Amino acid sequence: MLKTIENSAAVTQAADQNQSTPPMVRFDKVTKRFGDLVVLNALDLDVAPNERVAIIGPSGSGKSTLLRLLMTLETPNEGVIYVEGEPLNMMPRNGKLVPADERHIRRVRQRIGMVFQHFHLFPHMSALGNVIEAPIHVLGLSRQEAVTRGEELLEMVGLVDKRDQRPSQLSGGQQQRVAIARSLAMRPDIMLFDEVTSALDPELVGEVLSTIRRIGEEHNITMLIVTHEMGFAKEFADRVCFFDEGKICEQGPAKELLTNPQNPRTQRFLQAVLG
Amino acid sequence: MNIWDWEFAWRIMPLLLDAVVITVYATVLGFAFAAVFGLVLALMRRSHRPWISLPTVAFVEFVRSTPLLVQIYFLYFVLPEFGVLMPAIVAGILGLGLHFSTYCSEVYRAGLDGVPRGQWEAAVSLNMSRYRTYRDIVIPQAIPPVVPALGNYLVGMIKETPLLSSIAVVEVMQQAKIIGSETFRYIEPITLVGAFFLVVSLVAMMGIRRTEAWLRQKVLGSH
Ligand SMILES: Nc1ncnc2c1ncn2[C@@H]1O[C@H](COP(=O)(O)OP(=O)(O)OP(=O)(O)O)[C@@H](O)[C@H]1O
Ligand SMILES: [Mg+2]
Repeated sequence: MLKTIENSAAVTQAADQNQSTPPMVRFDKVTKRFGDLVVLNALDLDVAPNERVAIIGPSGSGKSTLLRLLMTLETPNEGVIYVEGEPLNMMPRNGKLVPADERHIRRVRQRIGMVFQHFHLFPHMSALGNVIEAPIHVLGLSRQEAVTRGEELLEMVGLVDKRDQRPSQLSGGQQQRVAIARSLAMRPDIMLFDEVTSALDPELVGEVLSTIRRIGEEHNITMLIVTHEMGFAKEFADRVCFFDEGKICEQGPAKELLTNPQNPRTQRFLQAVLG
Repeated sequence: MNIWDWEFAWRIMPLLLDAVVITVYATVLGFAFAAVFGLVLALMRRSHRPWISLPTVAFVEFVRSTPLLVQIYFLYFVLPEFGVLMPAIVAGILGLGLHFSTYCSEVYRAGLDGVPRGQWEAAVSLNMSRYRTYRDIVIPQAIPPVVPALGNYLVGMIKETPLLSSIAVVEVMQQAKIIGSETFRYIEPITLVGAFFLVVSLVAMMGIRRTEAWLRQKVLGSH
């Protein structure tokens, strides 16, 4: 059951707390359960505009669930998710927050994009077709505008010569770069990356990571990155959150947390993955 | 008297061929209706709104578990009692179409279910509407794999068209019965009817195979 927040002050409080710049993303006591399994437990998390947050943690700790909640692929059982001060899973009505309807969700969700572990490209469309589909039909761009934008992005990810190829004709790394271009074509303010290199052969990981680095250089985008690539997290992220059992167990500046973790569980995890 | 009279067979051929045209016509229109309305039913069944999905389930289950003959009688003999009158051929085509649309809807349902969830999730991540996702992403991937199963129902429908003779549509079986009753010879007309059905079904199956290959090529860019 979704909880209706009675107090309208609570609605605006989130936006006001950080007077000039509300957090780009705020999880406010968000709980997600699957049946009896509590996957996220009253989670609080703020992400500043343009911040890059790496999310690490053992399998099943709720990392994907966090991103999926923000992408509205899952609905929280309790709590509110805000995007730049605006509630996402709830909407204000008569001074109360009620569960958001499809229209509200679509409006707020417009600012968020996601890249998946298994790409999920549309197999029946060319690389360019994948990239221009949503700009045309969601943003209402003309075909010409969308193609121009799409080609620029394919250029950026180094695949403009593959524009007419189907996903099945591309390598995993190339598919993932098309998926990144497809997401960027919607000009999101927030991008979510869920283990985007985990399904790739080791020699293809580098090209995808450098694409993400490039986005970091060329665009102002807030990023939440679930990854097992500790080297990448250390050098690219501003902050690292270590998840364990549905909670943020430890967080801090990337280099600090990854080189000098305080919590014994973080230490054990890092020891295990870094070998 | 010969068992098989070639001269007689030739003489009745034009009459039977005219009736084959009616059979093919009823099948083509009936199946077009079934293929389109079946997809509509499958989509309605998947609706999140129970007032759409529940009646659809009831309709599909009801039509699938009652005989086509009863449905054709209903359309032709019962509906006029409520002021809905239609020519026999229309009632026949509508009966075939409605009956097979429920089978087609189950085929489409399997096809739609077969589209990976990741495709939906990608569409959500691009903020696409449900309508747009169905139209551009899900339906184009759902249909090619189910064309062979739809084709089976096309052949099934061809074989059910003789039921239209029960409401006096002069399709090929009805024509053969008329010839038989007038000449007291059944061997030639009925054998020829069998041969016609064989040919029509074979042509239909070939058409289905081509359609499937073409769709796969067009939609998935592979064989
Ligand atoms: N749709 C679902 N139904 C039931 N349980 C689910 C569902 N999605 C996730 N879970 C469970 O929730 C828990 C957290 O899953 P989640 O995918 O968020 O973990 P994760 O941290 O991303 O793990 P991994 O590193 O393996 O990807 C797991 O125990 C998982 O089995
Ligand atoms: Mg995961």
